[in-house]
Amino acid sequence: MAFDPVKSMLGAGGKHGLADNEKRDPIGLAVAALNKFAQSDLIDRLGIRKSSEQTVYRVTSAGFKAAGAAGRTFARVGGQGGGKRVPSVQGNGLFDLTPSEDEQMLVDVVTEFANEVVRPAAAEANETCAAPEDLLKASLEIGLPILGVADDLGGIATERSAVAGVLVHEALSHGDLGLAVASLASGAVATALSLYGTDEQQSTYLPAFTGDEVPAAALVLAEPTALFDPLAPATIATKTGSGFVLNGIKSAVVRGAEAELFLVGAELDGKPQLFLVESKTDGVSIVADPSMGVRAAGLARLVLKDVEVADLALFGDADTYREVVQNSRLAWCALAVGTGQAVLDYVTPYVKQREAFGEPIAHRQSVAFMVANIAIELQGMRLVTYKAAGRVAQGKDASREIALARRLCAERGMGIGNDGVQLLGGHGFVKEHPVERWYRDLRAIGLMEGAVLV
Amino acid sequence: MRARSEASTRMSINLETPKKIRPLIDQAHQVAMNMLRPISRKYDAAEHEYPKELDMLAAMIDGLADSGASEGAGAAGVRRDDKPEEKAGNKNGANLASVLSVGEMCWGDVGLLLSMPRQGLGNSAIASVATDEQLARFGPTWAAMAITEPSFGSDSAAISTTAVKDGDEYVLNGEKIFVTSGERADSVVVWATLDKSLGRAAIKSFVVTKGTPGMKVERLEHKLGIRASDTAVIMFTDCRVPAANLLGSPEIDTKMGFAGAMATFDNTRPLVAAMAVGCARASLDLTRDILRDAGIEIDYDRPAFSQSAAAATFLQLEADWEAAYLLTLQSAWMADNRQPNSMEASMAKAKAGRVGSDVTLRCVELAGTLGYSETDLLEKWGRDSKILDIFEGTQQIQQLIVARRILGLSSAELK
Repeated sequence: MAFDPVKSMLGAGGKHGLADNEKRDPIGLAVAALNKFAQSDLIDRLGIRKSSEQTVYRVTSAGFKAAGAAGRTFARVGGQGGGKRVPSVQGNGLFDLTPSEDEQMLVDVVTEFANEVVRPAAAEANETCAAPEDLLKASLEIGLPILGVADDLGGIATERSAVAGVLVHEALSHGDLGLAVASLASGAVATALSLYGTDEQQSTYLPAFTGDEVPAAALVLAEPTALFDPLAPATIATKTGSGFVLNGIKSAVVRGAEAELFLVGAELDGKPQLFLVESKTDGVSIVADPSMGVRAAGLARLVLKDVEVADLALFGDADTYREVVQNSRLAWCALAVGTGQAVLDYVTPYVKQREAFGEPIAHRQSVAFMVANIAIELQGMRLVTYKAAGRVAQGKDASREIALARRLCAERGMGIGNDGVQLLGGHGFVKEHPVERWYRDLRAIGLMEGAVLV
Repeated sequence: MRARSEASTRMSINLETPKKIRPLIDQAHQVAMNMLRPISRKYDAAEHEYPKELDMLAAMIDGLADSGASEGAGAAGVRRDDKPEEKAGNKNGANLASVLSVGEMCWGDVGLLLSMPRQGLGNSAIASVATDEQLARFGPTWAAMAITEPSFGSDSAAISTTAVKDGDEYVLNGEKIFVTSGERADSVVVWATLDKSLGRAAIKSFVVTKGTPGMKVERLEHKLGIRASDTAVIMFTDCRVPAANLLGSPEIDTKMGFAGAMATFDNTRPLVAAMAVGCARASLDLTRDILRDAGIEIDYDRPAFSQSAAAATFLQLEADWEAAYLLTLQSAWMADNRQPNSMEASMAKAKAGRVGSDVTLRCVELAGTLGYSETDLLEKWGRDSKILDIFEGTQQIQQLIVARRILGLSSAELK
């Protein structure tokens, strides 16, 4: 469409959350001009307004744009053929809600980490849109990145670990969802490499993840479009003589500024496929994309402009892609369960302590029933998520169960966040309490694709 | 973690339908499909007519039970015995089997399931609180349950029917309403108070056999749904029952309070939740077909909102259904494993009750006049489901129970 200056001045739509059909009238034009003036540096130089710009403002509003992180060189090694794989879980066929001893031990360790380290760091990480270095280091020590990696490849999994993964995601997000995503993102890529990588891909990339200096890495599936369908990405891969060329814009990239390796969804010959893209490849750039919540994860967009990758980059096939989409959604469900539990655990003592009309508000059914419904819906979310995880671990098709878990957690999870704030009233709306953060975080469930994986 | 030999039998979170109960479910499904569905509309239309086909079915189920081919085919199968377990570990027992088979039968028809001889809620009460001697004596009976009175519903402590000890008999006086199978059953489990001034602790239940002088079925109700099931009003006028028919202990233990009698509900609520789950699944199964005929396939991988509104709605309904189903299994599994499940039973009943209504009513809407018409069964399920959010404790009562438990509040604090 040709540029039309008059239309551009009168037509207000297309930005600031305005629909395309919004038009400015003369008063509107005057107000817009006044607003421009109010934003100019001039009034600040004249001392008319208190300067309130902070680091936070720069990070969150101005954003940044940079080339991909100048990461390490992953030396290409390994032979042809499929990689190493873990076997599926062989259960005894009984209905069972009890985790195995190994899983319980893992949950206990992660729960302690979530309580002692993650929760106390959450508020500040939300403001700075970054996870603290020492927290990320500690997350390596408890083995988060190698949880889903086969023991033959330097990880700890002896069988398909989707249930353990779900339990860990849940326990960690009870501390904080944004920090959980930040500390689980590298593990998502490592898990994918272990589950689906070829021998060459595993040999080239996995040693970095099982060593001491674990790279930031991101599973990147989302794109910034409405009704985005991950099975039909707009990002395009084209075959060349020696590899592929990638073009497109991806979103919800965890720790985009630091990530050294991306596992990116793109369409190749009409089919969705995954590609391994190293951050220092020419044509890779990162744009900060701070969002409503999940801010500690340092969300960014990944811009791919004529990015050339070798044949080694093509990861799995279209079936692999579909499975990765599903199991990533499952991980988000587990995050919703953990955050929902955090809400329930917070509002329960609050409504018993808070008094109105001479008694605790918990003594009123309208309040108590909201708490009961949080508990009921939360347990439903948990069970549906566990069922899907069990199927994945056993190597059964879990398309239906994951779709239902995702829909349930999106709908009921957001409901829990909403009711959580409501139960605290005005106190729920202010940052003195963490409930408003959980509210923002829970809106991510159901719309996020990628980033985490079980 | 490396021990492969253990891997084949080790425990692990698994919410699949247990393999060992699968045959029972398949059997219930065949019965529901071939026995209940064909007469479903017939007895909805002919309210109060006795579904004679069920006698044959009951005989068949008894036969299966005696042969050991079936475990806990209905409400009668629920009992917590306190005998020490032979081997520890995860148990998938009668409670799980019962909710799964009852759910399957209600996929067939809720009203007919409730009319099944010897599968009444009274049987569940007997199984829950009877002594071994009583269980042996009343085991083969078909027992209805009489709790509600004209002046109260959910507030069971307000029972005004009296039981007065006279020699080795109790004399019952009062009026009971909403007695499911009250006319057809062989006996009725009647809740009455030994001394109203002592409150809940004095409420006891009595097995009154049909034909006992002083017990009279006054009338049968005309209802919104489950019309195949008779709902009776029963008068007790100087009705004398043997003292040995008092279920459980005759002592009035004020510390124990209502707990004994209420324990029944921990066992029956998962069953009613299962009924709602079964009825709702009938609606979902048929609606999925109807939508397919209309050119709409449910795609589990594409985002719900990229599909048609009908498909997105269906996904939401099915997601909530799955939660209700698993909450129901959880409460039964906890009972099988002797874990206290009072709160989980109420969670299951609350979720399944509202999901039952949401699903069945939305499916009628999705199917349009096809769903609304009596030519098919969607409209009937839309009516049948409503009672499941009411009897054995309404939605609001379940929320109250869950809220008190979560918040640690007494019934005096959270009224």
